[in-house]
Amino acid sequence: MAFQRKLVAGLISLLGIMLSSGLHAAADMNMRPGVTETSIAAYDLHMMVIWVMVWVSVAVFGAMIYSFIFHRKSKHPVPATFSHSTKVEFIWTIIPIIILIYLTIPAIKLLIKMEDASDSEMSVQVTGSQWKWHYKYLDQDISFYSNLSTPPEQYEDFDHQGTDKGENYLLEVDNMVVLPINTKIRFLVTADDVIHSWWVPEIAVKKDAIPGFINETWTNIPTPGIYRGQCTELCGKNHGFMPIVIKAVSKADFTAWVDTKNAEKKAAADAAAAAAAASWDMDKLMALGETTYKSTCAGCHGVTGEGIQGLFPALKGSPIATGPVAAHMGIVVHGPSSKKMPAFGAVLTDAQLAAVITYERNAWGNSTGDMVQPSDIQAFKAGN
Amino acid sequence: MADNSEKETNKPLLIRLVAIIGGMFLFAYALVPLYNVFCDITGINGKTRGQALYQNVEIDKQRVVTVEFLTNVNRGMPWEFRSLVKSIKVHPGELNEVQFYAKNRSKQDIVGQTIPSVSPGEAALYLNKTECFCFDQQRLKAGEEVDMVVKFYLDADLPKDINRLTLSYQLFNVSDSFKFEVATSK
Amino acid sequence: MSDHHPTGIKRWLFTTNHKDIGTMYLWFSFVMFLTGGAMAMVIRAELYQPGLQFVEPAFFNQMTTMHGLIMVFGAVMPSMVGLANWLIPMQIGAPDMALPRMNNWSFWILPFAFTMLLSSLFMEGGAPNFGWTFYAPLSTTYAPPSTDFFIFGVHMMGISSIMGAINVIVTVFNMRAPGMTLMKMPLFVWTWLITAFLLIMVMPVLAGAVTMMLTDRHFGTSFFDAAGGGDPVMFQHIFWFFGHPEVYIMILPAFGVVSEIIPAFSRKKLFGYSSMVYATASIALLSFIVWAHHMFATGMPVAGELFFMIATMLIAVPTGVKIFNWVATMWQGSLTFETPMLFSISFVILFTIGGFSGVMLAMAPVDFQYHDTYFVVAHFHYVLFPGAIFGTTAAVYFWLPKWTGKMYNETLGKIHFWMSMVFVNLTFFPMHFSGLAGMPRRIPDYNMMFAEFNMWASIGAFGLGLTQIFFLVTIIMAIRNGKKAEDKQWDGATGLEWDALPSPVPYHTFATPPKVD
Repeated sequence: MAFQRKLVAGLISLLGIMLSSGLHAAADMNMRPGVTETSIAAYDLHMMVIWVMVWVSVAVFGAMIYSFIFHRKSKHPVPATFSHSTKVEFIWTIIPIIILIYLTIPAIKLLIKMEDASDSEMSVQVTGSQWKWHYKYLDQDISFYSNLSTPPEQYEDFDHQGTDKGENYLLEVDNMVVLPINTKIRFLVTADDVIHSWWVPEIAVKKDAIPGFINETWTNIPTPGIYRGQCTELCGKNHGFMPIVIKAVSKADFTAWVDTKNAEKKAAADAAAAAAAASWDMDKLMALGETTYKSTCAGCHGVTGEGIQGLFPALKGSPIATGPVAAHMGIVVHGPSSKKMPAFGAVLTDAQLAAVITYERNAWGNSTGDMVQPSDIQAFKAGN
Repeated sequence: MADNSEKETNKPLLIRLVAIIGGMFLFAYALVPLYNVFCDITGINGKTRGQALYQNVEIDKQRVVTVEFLTNVNRGMPWEFRSLVKSIKVHPGELNEVQFYAKNRSKQDIVGQTIPSVSPGEAALYLNKTECFCFDQQRLKAGEEVDMVVKFYLDADLPKDINRLTLSYQLFNVSDSFKFEVATSK
Repeated sequence: MSDHHPTGIKRWLFTTNHKDIGTMYLWFSFVMFLTGGAMAMVIRAELYQPGLQFVEPAFFNQMTTMHGLIMVFGAVMPSMVGLANWLIPMQIGAPDMALPRMNNWSFWILPFAFTMLLSSLFMEGGAPNFGWTFYAPLSTTYAPPSTDFFIFGVHMMGISSIMGAINVIVTVFNMRAPGMTLMKMPLFVWTWLITAFLLIMVMPVLAGAVTMMLTDRHFGTSFFDAAGGGDPVMFQHIFWFFGHPEVYIMILPAFGVVSEIIPAFSRKKLFGYSSMVYATASIALLSFIVWAHHMFATGMPVAGELFFMIATMLIAVPTGVKIFNWVATMWQGSLTFETPMLFSISFVILFTIGGFSGVMLAMAPVDFQYHDTYFVVAHFHYVLFPGAIFGTTAAVYFWLPKWTGKMYNETLGKIHFWMSMVFVNLTFFPMHFSGLAGMPRRIPDYNMMFAEFNMWASIGAFGLGLTQIFFLVTIIMAIRNGKKAEDKQWDGATGLEWDALPSPVPYHTFATPPKVD
């Protein structure tokens, strides 16, 4: 039985946990030192506190255990009568103060360093949005959204059949944040709906993304690599599904990436123009619409368009998807006035927008027969 | 069983306790202006101050500070909103002018409100705006576009370690409640 | 005075007797404890292995929110008020609480408040889903419609706690027996008096915060909405101004309980009585100036972070004094290990571990790595479960013979203890590891690297759930068929309730005040 095997394996590993005292055991049981100067300093401070705590526990728990053994009634039938000692009480007020000062001094130094974002060489704006991150490279004029790329088939297991999960399950994204190494990078963190928090453990950066305000933090990554993190402030339904992935590369590779991104941007603009110019037929719109719907909309409105009552409105048979096209486009492109749904005008391409609106108007028994062309979206976005 | 004499002895204490409770409830509300005062002094959250006057300001030609401009559009706001320049280099004390552009891309009239925020937060204390679109709300008709201006200067006593700061504007759709007075902490 | 009292439902509905009300508080909190526990079971079942097996993320968030709210406001706080009702009049030699009718209201508000809160689970859009800390704007602009029921529920439980606190303060100040000076009061009374002051200071602030939420949601104010000139971070300041003293509200009475039990089974006076009182008072005072240590990641100025870091670390000093005093009480005593003592000792040990992780969390530069991860979850469960819950459990075992006149079965009590001890650690210790490894809190699914720790935590949690059923059976068996308890069941126990009253205590006690010398 798989479960029994797991149980046995678990019991053995638990024994292992206890034996190895949890401190110098497997790397994934402790905080990871990370790669930056500040993350390593934070790790060192963490270990320093742990050891101080271990010694304090040895003293306190040692005294208690000594009492349990030697001062139990069978061994020590007549209790002592002392009930206070100013001298002793003074000593054990002073000792913790000294220990705390010993811990506070390095903490103050590190904190001041961590909060000093001056002399940065480039700035990246990070915007949290339910439930994806938007990155804007202020000096390179690049911006993109970063979404979870783990497909729902991997995490939806309501039939208890088990699913195959990739190594970076829930910690992988479609567009990584590419950053140059040995560069002081300043992050300007904000949000456009609720509060999120941007955390990458290996660079020891965690900053809340607060709607209406910008927060500043920084890093300087010395080693190339891929560093993964997650949103750490509850931000609604898919809070657990908005990871962060940083790819640190050499400065030359970064410049190359910037060039590729800019070329892509141009190509995408050309493609969009081409797509907008072309007239799509129903099948093509429905096909693209279905894939777009499943990856972008189904999370809230459901694969069958039924939504969740009271939280996410149904699209099946709804006045939005069967009423006037312009209102439907308005909600998808700009977001509804209730602010309950994000605007997708900048997230999806014109072709995807056209396709998904067409799909919503013709799927699950919504049979309006309406076709929305990419050119319609373009015209709508231009405000004409 | 408290008899009457006990009830009498309880009364003064009860009055005091109820006063504490009422006071603490009001204190929760008092935290709102207190918080704003606190922000104003310390620059938490990079809240900027209200309108400033440009009079007898000393210009520090030796120093160059980079000011970046960020624009964000909050959810449910169908406007395009950007600054015409991404950043400028300024001397502290110098009066600068920056243009912003907004366009209502929806089919309705909409009232917008921009909320400024400065990073690092303490720089907010040294950023003075003599003119800003964020002091008012903007009402744009469907399809209407507008150029907006902000005029500001940095205090010459801006801390030396700040050589780059960011002025961010987040644009909110306040059509639903635009009658509501916007608090003073813009 | 006769020992006559009304019977049936009327006795409980209209009672003004502190013992009846105490009993109702304790049973109510136990029902809530099982309700909140059932939600914890849902959470742990979902987290047993990676992947979504049982509940949708939207419902998972409702479960974490309701679990927190019910445990804090429904289980822990009423259980402490229940103990206060039972014990404070007996310990200070008073016939009843000072304001018996208000006592009745303050209890009977609670069932309605929690019915209201729980009913939101069945509403369109589901129950509140923004975490028990209900940060704006997730709890305002983006919240489900049931949030208004949550707000009124919080108002009602707030009023209930405030009335309970007023009653404690007035009772302690005005109803002490002649000769019972403040510095002679049992430590439980002292810790509750200080708790009551914390309650009347901070519950109104919570009421203010939810009222602001309500007006933001429906009446066009913008306290927490940046668009109208408000600030979502200000919500967190107001919330934690309430929230940090709140954690001491939950733990201080348990400190008092343990300070009664450890001396009884050490057969030795409590070491450093007056320093215990001063330490409790300083913890309470410090709790008002540390709130922003929950908010290091929100982007405070360095000076603010330094202040809150240092103030928070200072709390370790009086807390340390208390722990050292308990150890010194046991030192050279004559110890026996009955169930209440076992729970009290494990309280001291496990609470100390929770205190250690507290010091770690206080250190702002490292807190960026701990904040909002399972390390925090491990920390506050270590101070709340072995703290508040073990404290209450110890109190129930210790005073049950006095309350009911029946003794529990010591073997069952010890089995209950060892089950609790094993499963509490199995549930919450691995959470330290998953947090350090980087698992954020309040997520319904996670990467495989956290799988093993979560599996263990879940197994522990199911065991802990069963343990509570075992506890219930043990207590019911004691009340029904327990051996008759002696007037002074514990030879080392001191205090008026043991020395001046029989077991079970009569319905009316101290009609004429006892003499205290």
